[in-house]
Amino acid sequence: MTFLADVATLARKDLRLELRARDTLPAMLLFVVSTLVVFRFALPEGADDVAAHGLLWVALVFTALLGLARAWAPEREGGALEGLVLAPTDRSAIWLGKSAAVFIFLCALDAVALPAFALFFAPVSLSTVAGVLLANVGICAIGTLLAAMAAASRTRELILPLLFLPLAIPLVVGGVGAGVSAEPARFLAFLGLYDGVFAILCWASFEYVVSE
Amino acid sequence: MISARALEKRYGRKRALRPLDLDVASGSFLVVTGANGSGKTTLLRLLAGLAAPSRGTLEVAVDRGRLGYLGHEALVYRELTALENLDLYGRLYRVPERRERIGMLLERFGLWEARGERASALSRGMLQRLALCRALLHDPDLLVLDEPFTALDVQGAALLDHQLAELRGTRTVVVSTHEPERVQRLASARLALT
Repeated sequence: MTFLADVATLARKDLRLELRARDTLPAMLLFVVSTLVVFRFALPEGADDVAAHGLLWVALVFTALLGLARAWAPEREGGALEGLVLAPTDRSAIWLGKSAAVFIFLCALDAVALPAFALFFAPVSLSTVAGVLLANVGICAIGTLLAAMAAASRTRELILPLLFLPLAIPLVVGGVGAGVSAEPARFLAFLGLYDGVFAILCWASFEYVVSE
Repeated sequence: MISARALEKRYGRKRALRPLDLDVASGSFLVVTGANGSGKTTLLRLLAGLAAPSRGTLEVAVDRGRLGYLGHEALVYRELTALENLDLYGRLYRVPERRERIGMLLERFGLWEARGERASALSRGMLQRLALCRALLHDPDLLVLDEPFTALDVQGAALLDHQLAELRGTRTVVVSTHEPERVQRLASARLALT
């Protein structure tokens, strides 16, 4: 219970910081909407829904990357990450708290991106929504860990995409498949499995990311 | 409480701390002095568990939750207020009667009026006071203070003098400083790094 209480405390702190500074979520929302607008004009007339779904996932993944790049900025600025590392909490709670906050940001992003996609391209099915939510879990789990690794580097803006994008490919495959396939359950199961495996790996390895 | 044998720290080929033997008994007040680059900060970071030794052994017989550390940075969130920062750490350290303890520390270090100010809006000296509150919040058994008088004005330094005098003998304290005369009367042991 204390572990979950720590996770809730840390996630609440991130939400409070974002509500106060408003320097991540508004940028993500603007980016995803403007990207979808550009894609709307870039996609040729008569292009099918499959191509449109592909572009939706390009927009979602790159917008998520924008948010992840700033995920550990508050900890970097005042040395607060060392303060958290010194605290007697399980260090994986730091990762899970940050992941929970990023998940909420991504859900807020989807609440804008999916209606915009429906407006510009094609109706959004339930399986697409399920795929997006499952992919969010994977993006948070992996992205938060990789962003913490990249945060220690001076070239973090370069390192994070290099590390994150290859690992996000299965999420894109699963997400697009869930949206356009006649059998979305297969892709949703794949996303669930991917989330489970990588969440466990990230949970177990975060300790080593924040330890010297 | 602290035992180090041939403790050494290197960053790549650069040696940050020369091999060192150290024994600090519980309740001691150790003052660490030395020129810039002699390894004071490195030693204190090793004691706090923020860095790992490159060679030698180090045993610190205190749980992570019973250690208080003051570093060169305040280790607080710049966009949270002084009160919110202490509340966050109070929750993570599971400080009993958290609000009362936070209120007492804010009063003691002259921050009560500034409790609603964001850390980013505090002066360097006020930020150092907040960092001291954070380090003392959970009433640690081992207190590791790296240049604690930095940026403090006369009143702030006097408050810290008083706090350290209170802790002497009841807690283990390790202080690094360029002003050893300031804590001379409190010191039960001294370590000069070269």
